[in-house]
Amino acid sequence: MTDYYGRPVIKEPVWTPEIPAYFFTGGLAGASAGLAYLAERTDNDVLARRAWAVALGGIAVSPALLISDLGVPSRFLNMLRMFKVTSPMSVGSWILSASGATTSVAAANALTGLFPGMAAVAKPAAALLGLPLSSYTGALIANTSVPVWHEARVSLPMLFAGGAAASAGAAATVMTPVGDAAPARRLALMGAAAELIATNVMEQKLGGLAEPYHEGPSGTLARTAKALTAVGGLAIGGWGHRRRSAAVVGGVALLAGALAERFAVFRAGFESAKDPRFTVGPQRERVDAGRGRGASQTAAA
Amino acid sequence: MSYGADAKPQMGFFTDTSLCIGCKACEVACKEWNQVPESMQGFTGMSYDNTIDLGADTWRHVAFVEQSGPEGMRWLMSSDVCKHCAHAACLDVCPTGALFRTEFGTVVVQEDICNGCGYCVPACPFGVIDKREDDGRVWKCTLCYDRLKDDKEPACAQACPTNSIQFGELGDLRDRAAERLEELTAAGQENAQLYLHDTGDGIGGAHAFFLLLDEPEVYGLPPDPIDTTRDLGTIWAAAGAAALALGAGIAAAFAGGRS
Repeated sequence: MTDYYGRPVIKEPVWTPEIPAYFFTGGLAGASAGLAYLAERTDNDVLARRAWAVALGGIAVSPALLISDLGVPSRFLNMLRMFKVTSPMSVGSWILSASGATTSVAAANALTGLFPGMAAVAKPAAALLGLPLSSYTGALIANTSVPVWHEARVSLPMLFAGGAAASAGAAATVMTPVGDAAPARRLALMGAAAELIATNVMEQKLGGLAEPYHEGPSGTLARTAKALTAVGGLAIGGWGHRRRSAAVVGGVALLAGALAERFAVFRAGFESAKDPRFTVGPQRERVDAGRGRGASQTAAA
Repeated sequence: MSYGADAKPQMGFFTDTSLCIGCKACEVACKEWNQVPESMQGFTGMSYDNTIDLGADTWRHVAFVEQSGPEGMRWLMSSDVCKHCAHAACLDVCPTGALFRTEFGTVVVQEDICNGCGYCVPACPFGVIDKREDDGRVWKCTLCYDRLKDDKEPACAQACPTNSIQFGELGDLRDRAAERLEELTAAGQENAQLYLHDTGDGIGGAHAFFLLLDEPEVYGLPPDPIDTTRDLGTIWAAAGAAALALGAGIAAAFAGGRS
């Protein structure tokens, strides 16, 4: 393969670690709202109050993380200047705004009893908005030219939704007495399984492009994430229903695993962008194999 | 984007790299006219290329390739620039509308709108647009939007002493490029090729296209660039399916009762 002095063809992202941190907190908040809403509907107020509190915490931190990443933070309101379906960041800004408003009212009501009328609408709305809030971030990074993200466009939203379920279930498992936490434990286990499966499917489909998930700092992060998620799942699945200590240890491991997974995906993007092999290689292959038309034409023979 | 009565002819660049002598007058003229800040000062060891790449403070970049073959050494020189794609990923993903399509069909950043979210940077398949560190906003070639509005040609094209950078109406430029390709091929330049000349490519054709003497990757250009939003349907479908699966998962978590 030819390149130009080994220089990258595309730019590395300019995003700071606030972005993967937000992928985590946004997913945690989104899935927690759904968990809280159904807990309330099934008369499990012990679980519901705690899950609403987690949702509130996550949704409060998220905009701060995003705004601090902006080059011109004072212009954050420009995010709501228009609604653009071609920009997952635009769509996500609206989802996050609506989630923030509804989750705040819902959690305030669950914790203090205030705003009962508004909360009747805000609670189901927060639960529903939390679903796309958990998955759109996968679409956001997939909609770039970064090979390890764009070529994983089908897997990334599922990976992030799985991580959201795992972290929401884990946070509620940590905070809730064992006797009231069964739905949270089940959500944590399903999420952990989905996260591990989605990660493996993604790496399989990426083939050679998955190299950043196996080597270097992003590879270390990816392996750490898998280990933490597996250990957390085992602790909660094996002993979480009997021992609070196992529930706490397992929950913390799952939360750390979901966070590490977001950072692994984030860092892998940088590695993928800066090596021209990952950009030029697959493009040249598809042109040579007749699967892509390429951007060049020689003179007609 | 339709400008109705205000519509203008679609303008662009045809960069004929076979005429480039590597003088970098385009780089200098661009910096001067657009008041682009200082970029790296020093020597890279990459032939005569000390500009390295396109970026926030480098809107024209002359690439220098030294090739040796059976007939000795040859120089390839090419002045690279923002491609002003017909399907521009940077513009598509910009959440604020700071990036827009002008009446000339070019792609320009409105610096009073950009909030430095940085989404356009990894979206661009050519690595053109970038964030200026001290300023927080993104910058790139405007195809001299201010000069076009005044019926003047862009600074780089005016400064180019060999007419390697040609500015004009897109249709005329495309015809001229096709003729030039025939000429060069007939003269024995077997690898001569038009790059981003065809509207059927992954970015819908460019407003800045090139005649190259070797494969695009030799110059650091991607051989089959695509606008990432071409796959937007798949991407949103995957995000929607994942959201529904999450909803189903949360509901299933309550199926087994409270303990």
